[in-house]
Amino acid sequence: MDWFRNIMMPPQGSAYAGEVDFVYMSLFWMSVVLFLGIAIPAVYFAWRYYYKPGRVTPHITHNTFLEITWSVLPLLLCVGIFFWGLKGWMEYAVAPGEAMEVQVTAKKWLWQFEYPDGTRTVGDLHVPINKPVKFVMTSEDVLHDFFVPDMRVKHDLIPGRFTEVWFNPTVMGKHIITCAEYCGKGHSDMRGTLTVESDADFAKFLETGGTEWEDYKTHMQDWGKIQWERKGCNSCHTYDGATSKGPTWKGIWGSTVELEGGGKVVVDEAYLRESMINPQAKIVKGFQPIMPTFQGLLRENEIQGLVAFIKSVQ
Amino acid sequence: MDYNVTTMAVQTGPVSSAPSRPKKHYLNETKGFKSWACTLDHKRIGVMYLVGVLFAFMLGGTFALLVRLSLMTSKHMLFGKVLMTAEQYNRAFTLHGAIMVFLFIIPAVPGSLGNFVLPLMLGAKDVAFPRLNLASFYLWVTGAVMALTTLVLGAVDTGWTFYTPYSTTTEGPVTLMTGAAFVLGFSSIFTGLNFIATVHKLRAPGMGWFDMPLFIWGIYSTALIQVLATPVLGITLVLLMLERAFGIGIFDPRIGGDPVLFQHFFWFYSHPAVYIMILPGMAIISELIPTFSHKTIFGYRAIAYSSVSLALVSFIVWGHHMFVAGQSQLATVVFSALTFLVAIPSGVKVFNWLSTMYKGNISLEAPMLYAISFLILFAIGGLTGIFLGTLSTDVLLTDTYFVVAHFHYVMMGGTVTAFIGGLHYWWPKMTGRMYSEAWARIACVLYNIGFNMTFLTQFFLGSKGMPRRYYNYLDQFQPLHQFSTFGSWILGLSLFMTLAYLLASLRKPMDAPENPWGGTTLEWATSSPPPTSNFLEQPVVEREPYDYRPVVAAK
Repeated sequence: MDWFRNIMMPPQGSAYAGEVDFVYMSLFWMSVVLFLGIAIPAVYFAWRYYYKPGRVTPHITHNTFLEITWSVLPLLLCVGIFFWGLKGWMEYAVAPGEAMEVQVTAKKWLWQFEYPDGTRTVGDLHVPINKPVKFVMTSEDVLHDFFVPDMRVKHDLIPGRFTEVWFNPTVMGKHIITCAEYCGKGHSDMRGTLTVESDADFAKFLETGGTEWEDYKTHMQDWGKIQWERKGCNSCHTYDGATSKGPTWKGIWGSTVELEGGGKVVVDEAYLRESMINPQAKIVKGFQPIMPTFQGLLRENEIQGLVAFIKSVQ
Repeated sequence: MDYNVTTMAVQTGPVSSAPSRPKKHYLNETKGFKSWACTLDHKRIGVMYLVGVLFAFMLGGTFALLVRLSLMTSKHMLFGKVLMTAEQYNRAFTLHGAIMVFLFIIPAVPGSLGNFVLPLMLGAKDVAFPRLNLASFYLWVTGAVMALTTLVLGAVDTGWTFYTPYSTTTEGPVTLMTGAAFVLGFSSIFTGLNFIATVHKLRAPGMGWFDMPLFIWGIYSTALIQVLATPVLGITLVLLMLERAFGIGIFDPRIGGDPVLFQHFFWFYSHPAVYIMILPGMAIISELIPTFSHKTIFGYRAIAYSSVSLALVSFIVWGHHMFVAGQSQLATVVFSALTFLVAIPSGVKVFNWLSTMYKGNISLEAPMLYAISFLILFAIGGLTGIFLGTLSTDVLLTDTYFVVAHFHYVMMGGTVTAFIGGLHYWWPKMTGRMYSEAWARIACVLYNIGFNMTFLTQFFLGSKGMPRRYYNYLDQFQPLHQFSTFGSWILGLSLFMTLAYLLASLRKPMDAPENPWGGTTLEWATSSPPPTSNFLEQPVVEREPYDYRPVVAAK
């Protein structure tokens, strides 16, 4: 009967999806039987007892046994279905402890994902196959709902609050992410792509920091400005000339700066790169040696972006 | 004219006794606009309500057809032009929902049929507080005017649920729209209060609680919910308006509020409101089935108690709208368990109606056709409710078209079907005229075809993962959407036909007998249409309701 299930259900992306579908299909067939149990008598009685003038109908006021039976049996059935639904739901509600955490931030009308290593993407979610992933979610504006039909999970995202949902993908390939809580004009276009891939592909994905930077390939200075905020450069460096704990970036490119302890250096690509990876090597005169190293925290494309950004703020 | 109910009780089939109509009845006793606008007669107020809610139904239906038309293709193109933009679409479905819920389906049966029939069934001259009754109608008119004014001011796009923080931050006349719902809430409270007092105090001599027609039990249960639940909606909407107008942080987290709190408040009313909608429908069916089966109702007390218990249970299941909305997990589990309780009294009613038909003498005039349609459509609506009450499947199905299909089967397949059935049933009593039976049967068949085409499809859309309130959708859903849209045209056509032949019947002279269907309740013991005072002589009840035994045998 798989073909019949496929008519009604989305493709299955996890083992959990299979469990939900089994409950759904069981309820479906039970409902078909109960429906016929109501519809057939309704139609049959109308035909069998069709009106004949003068026929006197029996005066049947009630039947206690029957009435108790059709109250108690559905009640028992309902109790059973409740516990069955509860069993599946417990699995949905509690993420395994070892699950990888991905932060989800929704806003009108996009999904932003952030991985444990700081990698961020927009609308493009990658997860390794056969590993549980937990999504810790919040919204920046109105309610949204993170819905992955193939995984049979959804949950609202609420501004000012964190909610969670998780799944364990078992089917390689692309799946749809879609918003299920009305959020205005772009509600129906608030989609994302979930790519379930091998461990190797996922590792490669993290290495390049996701695919977000590819959107900035032609204007890397914007990518750099984003990093200036995300990586925390902005807490010590300004780009408008204002003084702060570190030298301002405005006009620094190509200039010659004096160093603490004597000496001069021209601010070029090599010096900027060295200052990010090994900031204590050459301190600009008048500043404290307080900058931590960003070795391992900045990817190649991010360094290039920052350099491009510093170049651009003349 | 001598009306003595003890002798009218038994007619075992459609009766075409010669009309015994007094020259003066409630329609022609006084004339002119003022005699209607200032009337205190429950029958005239009922008729005015009927005109009003039917107008709202047409308006809401027009928006529904527009929404369906826009969804016919994923590009929203019609004759090479874009029919609606996303913003227009969002306004259209919001208006469809808000008009249908607040202006049509909540007041529909109690306001129109309830107002007209309830005092007649009780053997009373009027409701307990006729002025309050008229006030209720004018509040409805005020609310309707406010709601329609929002149309001119650009309309709201919040969905009928007004979820925060979207509703507190979006553009548009949201405050006016919620104000309209607030005023309409009071209209509903006044009607409910009036009916409770009327049922308690104005029953005919000899009519004990368990001698009341089951319609009264249903309307009485409805009235309890209207009085107890509606104030919560009123308070919630006032809080919403305060937040929008003065920036008081109640629901918007940016100013210290809690959006989930709004959902709790909202559904604390709006779930019971579902029963404000369906209980009157069930109440009508409990009249239609024994009358057209010409057989006593099976399990009178069980049906009466099930109405009251549905009213009570309706107050403790609101959280099932919020399984994935961020309420506590314990609450989710408890609400799921409680939700299943709803199935029991609903099932009892259905089984009792079927047992009433068993060994009956069933004539299939239009009201009975609608009653049988109700049984079938409500069965689908009820059974699909199980999928949504069950936690693991609800997580997939909630916020999808499955929910849309489910509540249309209950609200439209249930309540509206019963409402149309009831309208046909009491039409001769209200207007003194018989409608065209042939046209009525054709329309009923079309109604069923159109309805199922429109909404059965949507279960499949939903379980396949199509979220609701979507303007754009994936191409794979287009065939089902198209089929649904075609169905909506047939459905619209059938309703239009119904309106046409009902109105056409008004052009001919009064021809309805006082009891065209062989009913046993008191409204059939007076002329069609009834005199202004309802009965020329105070009726006295000496037999149980729905007693189809020959008079001799009963003595």
